[in-house]
Amino acid sequence: MAKPNEIKYLTAIKAEKRPKKYCRFKKMGIHYIDYKDADFLKKFLNEQGKLLPRRLSGNSLKFQRKVSEAVKKARQMAILPYVTDLLK
Amino acid sequence: MNNYELMVIFTPVLSEEEFKAAQSKFAAIVKDNGGELVHTNPWGLKSLAYPIAKKTTGLYWVMEYKAPTSFNEKLKTQLLRDESVMRHMYTVLDKYAVDYNNKKRSGGKFSPNEKAGA
Repeated sequence: MAKPNEIKYLTAIKAEKRPKKYCRFKKMGIHYIDYKDADFLKKFLNEQGKLLPRRLSGNSLKFQRKVSEAVKKARQMAILPYVTDLLK
Repeated sequence: MNNYELMVIFTPVLSEEEFKAAQSKFAAIVKDNGGELVHTNPWGLKSLAYPIAKKTTGLYWVMEYKAPTSFNEKLKTQLLRDESVMRHMYTVLDKYAVDYNNKKRSGGKFSPNEKAGA
């Protein structure tokens, strides 16, 4: 009876369109990640002080590696904790 | 000649003069071994993220220098021999890092001294 392309919905279908993730370092043209800047590095950590995955932060592989290196340096020098609760 | 950055955590028991003396001691080692001092920045007393050697605070000192590649081993022996040094780390700076440090110094947008809360 009703052809498939004639089906009409009473309410608009919810088309979830997430904004595309991007690497903030590539976008902003940042080349060096400072291990001394704890507040900046905290953006890439969860509440326990663990590194967020690329899936969540959207970093490119190149910069995710640099972030992880910077975080590890900061941990060595007691700028960031190795393990904690309620970091933020 | 490479660009390096050295960060040292001294014990918090040092007095102001002792802290300065330790700084100039390591700065002198760089100069004596054919290195070149670019910048030094004493952050001062800062609380540690976790205790080191049963201390919860430390005196931070950051030094940027240019030195031949063989120099760091000499500096390391001196740092390990010094009892006031709790921890040290050097980083090789690439051209972007040197750029970043220069900008930060001249722009003054971010100052670790403020972050230290000292």
